[in-house]
Amino acid sequence: MHRAGCDGTVGVVAPRTKEAREGLAAMKIAVLVKQVPDTATHIQLAADGSAINTAGIKWVLNPYDEFAIEEALKLRDQHTGEVVLVSFGPARVEEAIRQGLAMGADRAIWVSDDGVADVDYLGRAQILVAALSQEADWDLVLVGKQAVDDDAAQTGPLVAALLDWPQAMVVLGLTVDAVGRRITATRELEGATQTVELPMPAVLGAQRGLNVPRYPTLPNIMKAKRKEVRQTSAAALGLDAAELAADCRVVVEGYQLPPPRPEPKVLTGDPAEAAATLVKLLHSEAQII
Amino acid sequence: MSGILVVLEQFEGRVRRVGLEACATAVRLRHGSVSALAFGAGADAVAEAVGALGVEQLLVLPDAPFDRYSSDAFAHAVAEVVRQVEPSLVLFGATAFGKDLAPRVSGLLKAGLASDVTGIESDGDDVAIVRPVYAGKAFQRVRIVGTPKLVSLRPNVQPVGVGEGPAALVSRPAVEVGAPRAVVTGTERNDETVELTEASRIVSGGRGMKASENFRLLDRLAAVLGAAVGSSRPVADEGWVPHSYHVGQTGKVVSPDLYVAVGISGAIQHVAGISNSKCIVAINNDPDAPIFKVANYGIVGDLFQVVPALTAALKAHLDAS
Ligand SMILES: Cc1cc2nc3c(=O)[nH]c(=O)nc-3n(C[C@H](O)[C@H](O)[C@H](O)COP(=O)(O)OP(=O)(O)OC[C@H]3O[C@@H](n4cnc5c(N)ncnc54)[C@H](O)[C@@H]3O)c2cc1C
Ligand SMILES: Cc1cc2nc3c(=O)[nH]c(=O)nc-3n(C[C@H](O)[C@H](O)[C@H](O)COP(=O)(O)OP(=O)(O)OC[C@H]3O[C@@H](n4cnc5c(N)ncnc54)[C@H](O)[C@@H]3O)c2cc1C
Repeated sequence: MHRAGCDGTVGVVAPRTKEAREGLAAMKIAVLVKQVPDTATHIQLAADGSAINTAGIKWVLNPYDEFAIEEALKLRDQHTGEVVLVSFGPARVEEAIRQGLAMGADRAIWVSDDGVADVDYLGRAQILVAALSQEADWDLVLVGKQAVDDDAAQTGPLVAALLDWPQAMVVLGLTVDAVGRRITATRELEGATQTVELPMPAVLGAQRGLNVPRYPTLPNIMKAKRKEVRQTSAAALGLDAAELAADCRVVVEGYQLPPPRPEPKVLTGDPAEAAATLVKLLHSEAQII
Repeated sequence: MSGILVVLEQFEGRVRRVGLEACATAVRLRHGSVSALAFGAGADAVAEAVGALGVEQLLVLPDAPFDRYSSDAFAHAVAEVVRQVEPSLVLFGATAFGKDLAPRVSGLLKAGLASDVTGIESDGDDVAIVRPVYAGKAFQRVRIVGTPKLVSLRPNVQPVGVGEGPAALVSRPAVEVGAPRAVVTGTERNDETVELTEASRIVSGGRGMKASENFRLLDRLAAVLGAAVGSSRPVADEGWVPHSYHVGQTGKVVSPDLYVAVGISGAIQHVAGISNSKCIVAINNDPDAPIFKVANYGIVGDLFQVVPALTAALKAHLDAS
């Protein structure tokens, strides 16, 4: 893969190739994808509370990762290049990978979790970084803003820190100058949006609203079955499972369900009377007004 | 290693509320002295607000490059201050700022981070931590091994109280960082509305509102209550309201004192985002709507009659008191 200005001397290299002169530079984009329980799942715990009961759970691609994939595909279609999915997880994650490939990603790297029992956020990020480091020339790593199971929102910044790349998370809008190798991202803050400028390569976290993910078409679903999914493992990446386990800094001790909500008081009848009764209850019983 | 460092988010001398919540939490945990770190112009000015809560020392980095947020430069600075202060625990707010910064610091220090924490208690030298997962459908109990332990706190959960401590002692740590790479070049405030994740009262509308213009009914109710306005996801997808209104598992997870769900059926993804609310009120014309299962109070009726009636009743009540 040839690209202009990607030899480390960022920004000052004159466009050499025809594509570069036309404002095009092929991009090599990784999208980190996680498989998570469908958001409609009723969460139940294992009898001893040590884990989530995963029996019968429907697994899907993390919703935010769909925005990350869509954005990667748009960038590839605009600039040429390739989109590579990278996922860490057990055998079931291949289905999520195929779903991403059916959206249009070119190929995938799947790090199976065989032998890696307990790994925390840092361990997970180290594994993903090791997988990325098997190849060179990445321009961007896209992630979802957060995974809707653990809700930790740590993977993107952790991967960025370990790679020593700049990051922009919770991204709502993106402009990429592939030749100048600069990115302008708008981020969602509390009650505000923020514009961030950063050089490539970078890690970007996709937020809902960034784009509208495409649905896989039937021909693309068929094509996805034949796309390359390269399987590897932590051991093959040179990581020691025992060491990763020993390095685990965040230890999950158990789970609990939220306390049940009290029996509701439901009012019917004349709206004005019901409203007046409700105000009284909010004042004297709930004591919040 | 001992003591707690609180990483604050401040703007023009005012600390974001979750920063005060973190300071109060740090003092409550009794793990030694509490210091705070503030960036940017006006950083010195927060000494009184945090001192009142019991923070002894305020470290400030007011000048360039810390006058503009940069995740990489700020993370390096926090890591450097942690090396100097050697706290056993570092607290962040789980806002856009803290969620961006804390995991990056975790990566630099190889220190464990528990994010979006709702429960934190001292347990000897250790801390017992509870954090919601699956958008609050379950809670996870975690421990962090080694020091420093990094924790980001969900806004609106920890009490602040009132304090009368003296202003914190201000000092400037010597921190060298390279040229920032990701740099904020502009910030645009959306409007004057209260941010949902920080609001103590929220009025939310769903598909039952029928049309964008009917949200005016909710604006009026919200104005009387001093509440922020939110929505279910389809309503934001329809463009009736901005995306920033969307509450739920794939939107904002909120924890107000009062959440009023109007014309919202109570789908599992919506409920996941509101289950931390202290009091939920549902207004819906379908007595079997699932929202009534999670509500504390409900009114079965046509929202186009109930909402104006409730607005009037609340106004009368508040005017009288
Ligand atoms: C002690 C401990 C033990 C654990 N053991 C296991 C275990 O045995 N098996 C297990 O599956 N999980 C395990 N986990 C959970 C796992 O560490 C987290 O799921 C992971 O660190 C990512 O955090 P998150 O799910 O909150 O993702 P976030 O950080 O919220 O995810 C943000 C984005 O990062 C990317 N991303 C996240 N995870 C992956 C992934 N796996 N592959 C590719 N991209 C990803 C996605 O783009 C995602 O949208 C364990 C966690 C702890 C604390
Ligand atoms: C992956 C995924 C993620 C999702 N994430 C979220 C999320 O984060 N947040 C979210 O909200 N949804 C989410 N959803 C969508 C969710 O499943 C529901 O479709 C959605 O919450 C329903 O919105 P609603 O309650 O406004 O609409 P409806 O379900 O259509 O409910 C409208 C309600 O209004 C009532 N109503 C109608 N007219 C009146 C009237 N005149 N007076 C009083 N009441 C009336 C009806 O009885 C009904 O209960 C997600 C879905 C998926 C698949």
